[in-house]
This record gives sequence, C-alpha cells and structure tokens, in this order.
Amino acid sequence: MSLWEYANPKRFMETSARILPWVAGLAVLTTATGLVWGFFFTPDDFRMGATVKIIFLHVPSATMATGIWFMMLIASLIWLIRRHHVSALAAKAAAPIGVTMTLIALVTGAIWGQPMWGTWWAWDPRLTAFLILFLFYLGYIALWAAVENPDTAADLTSVLCLVGSVFAVISRYAAVFWNQGLHQGASLSLDRKENVADVFWQPLVVSLVGFGLVFVALLLLGTRTEIRARRLKALIARERMA
Amino acid sequence: MSALLLRDLRLAFRSGGGFGLALAFFLIVATLVPFGVGADPATLARIAGGILWVGALLACLLSLDRLFQTDWEDGSLDLIATAPVPLEGAVAVKALAHWLTTGLPLTLVAPVLGVLLNLAPAAYGWLVLSLALGTPALSVIGAFGAALTVGLRRGGLLLSLLVLPLYVPTLIFGAEAVRRGAEGLDPATPMLLLAGITLGAAALLPFAAAAALRVNLR
Repeated sequence: MSLWEYANPKRFMETSARILPWVAGLAVLTTATGLVWGFFFTPDDFRMGATVKIIFLHVPSATMATGIWFMMLIASLIWLIRRHHVSALAAKAAAPIGVTMTLIALVTGAIWGQPMWGTWWAWDPRLTAFLILFLFYLGYIALWAAVENPDTAADLTSVLCLVGSVFAVISRYAAVFWNQGLHQGASLSLDRKENVADVFWQPLVVSLVGFGLVFVALLLLGTRTEIRARRLKALIARERMA
Repeated sequence: MSALLLRDLRLAFRSGGGFGLALAFFLIVATLVPFGVGADPATLARIAGGILWVGALLACLLSLDRLFQTDWEDGSLDLIATAPVPLEGAVAVKALAHWLTTGLPLTLVAPVLGVLLNLAPAAYGWLVLSLALGTPALSVIGAFGAALTVGLRRGGLLLSLLVLPLYVPTLIFGAEAVRRGAEGLDPATPMLLLAGITLGAAALLPFAAAAALRVNLR
C-alpha cells in the first residue's frame, strides 16, 4: 500500500468520496471556530484597536496563497516525472483556489493598511511579491484554459510552474532589494508571529488550520470535478466514434 | 547553428516588420510619456531611466510571438527539431538572433531617447551598460514564453501575460542600476545581479523552452 495507488483515478475517486464530507465538515467547523473566536472573543489591540482582527483572515489566506503555489509545484513535478493524471488535475484544481487566497490576502491587507498606515497600497516588498504571485496565478490559469489537448496543457503548465517558481522567488528578493534602495524599510512585519500576543496567536492557529482544511476540501472537490469532466469528454468522444 | 543564426537575421532584416517596428515602438513610448506626465524637466529626469527600461521591455515583447510562430506555421520548426543540432542550442541561437535584432538596437538607440527624456548626464553610460547586460535576459525569457504559446491561435496576448511577470527581476535591477547611476551612487550591485539573471536565464531557460517546444511539436 503506497501513496502512489491514489494516482489511480478510480482509487482516488473512491477514497476522496469517503473522506470529502469529513474534511469539508471539519473545515467549516475549524474555520468558523477560529474566526468567531478571533473576531468576538479576543481583546482589542492597545495600538490598533479592533482592526487587528482582520489578521484572522489576512495571515491564513496569505499563508495558503504561497502554500498552494508550492503544492502546485510538487504536483507539477510528480506529473512531469511519473505522469500521474490525478496529479496534473490536482494542480489545475488548486490554481483557482490559490488565486482566490491571494486576492483575499491582498484585499484584507489593503483594508487593514488603510486605517493603520493611512494608505490602501504601498510598494512594500511583501505587497509587491503578492501582487506578482497573483499575476503568476493568472498566467498559469490562462495557459490551462488556452491549450486544448489536456496532456499538452498539463505539460506546458507544469514547465511554466517550475520556471515561475524560480522567478517568483527571485522577484521576492529583488523586490526587497529594490525597496530598500528607495525607502527605509517600513515596519510592515506586523503579521510576524513573534509580534503577536498569545490571545491572538491561539485563534490564529485555529484559523490557519481551518483555511488549510478548506483548501484540502476544495481541492478534493475540484480534482473530482476535473476527473469527471475528463471522463465525460472521453464518453462523448466514444459516442461520436460509434 | 551559425546557419540558423544567419537565416534568422536575414529573415528579420528582409521581412521588414519586426526589426524596425520595435525601435519605432520604443520611440513612440518615449514620446508619449511627456504628454502623459507633463514636460517638467525635473519630473522627466527622475523617471527617465525607468521609462526607458519599461519601454525597452515592451518593445522586446512586441516581436516575441514571431520568434517561433512563423517557423511553426511553415513547418521549418519541425525540421529544426529533427536536425542533428540539439533543440536547446537552436532555441538559444534563435534567442540570440532575437536579441541582435531587438535588444541590441534598443540599447544603441536608448541614449538618444534619454536626451528626449532629460536623463541625468551621469546615467547615460549606466543606461547603455544595463540595457546591454539585461536585454539578453529579456530575449531568453521571451523565447521560453514564445515556446509555451507557439501552437496557440491567439498566443500573443497570453504570451504577454506569461512573460511580463517573469521580466520583473530584470526590470527591477536594470532600472535600479540606472537610477543609482543618475544619482551618483554606485550601481555595481544591481549591475552584478542583473548580469547574474542574464547568465542564469541564458544557461537554464533554453532547456525549459526546448521542453515546451517538444511538447508543442508532439
């Protein structure tokens, strides 16, 4: 019994059908607990007041945004090396979730930044890196949508994901370099964990786990949909041939 | 390999279109900017380096979709792929030809446009040097994007969406070098990083581009 057995679409469909309701239920429960705890049962910060509570959306979504790209990278490598279709379809299904997470992180960041820094947007390295990550996600999704042959699309997007990962990391550090060249590095690292007191930290961890479970549930659902769509296509093609 | 280079250069010169077009586009971008931001010399001087870099980058992008597309349409790309020359080498040569017909002329013409944009006198050398170091990276990265989108019917727009985010580090270091040059600071660090990006891209991306081409030719 190895992990690779789930590369068989049939095995994957059976197992994911069994665990999906549990993961989804747990995801809703954990996210709701984390957010309600964070929003209503934590004290206001002495400097930032109630605005601090957006951290419970901002940090988990930002963590997932980078984490999902990393998951897509691994799935792409598995596809390129072992050519498991489930892996390629999982990467495809993950991209829209990733772009949504990036968007949530950017929007909540802007809403948080407005009262705190007095601006919706600043060309800080972190913000810039996320904007670039957002563009990478868009390019990746657009390439999937543009190529008709599914195997060709999986190959091309996998190569793009690999190259994009390298460039995303370079861009991240190039942005740090560029910003330090222009301004004093603004102390925007408020989302660093060591700056957060325990009262905020505990619900934050619950939210993080919740967002992670939401991602897994959506990923399973999306991959199942992709597999079904692929089967449907094959059935229609067979119908036409007959 | 040299035959392929000569062929690509001849095609670029004789077919009109691509070669002069990028330069004309570069000129137009540099001309339009003062209309957009106002003709105040101080403002122009401050943004000149960045505008020239962004303009060069967009001009480079303009001719990228022809890099493999025309060869793909008339079937010569299949011949190149089955030739004894490794496809990686062919991609590198085609990127070099693209640079010689786009990046190099842009680099040479940039100081003239710098005059139009009131670039600081100290920055001219660094502008030319940074473009000379950075535009090869633009061509190689662009070749990768062109290889990804070669079989697509409307690849041009997708190509810009894929390639422009990849241009970010090159643009950051290139424009930063010019800015430091203009302000009399030492531009050595961004220059070195820019050279590093160019060398890294030239060494690795032909392999990724060739892999994408093989998929598209399958």
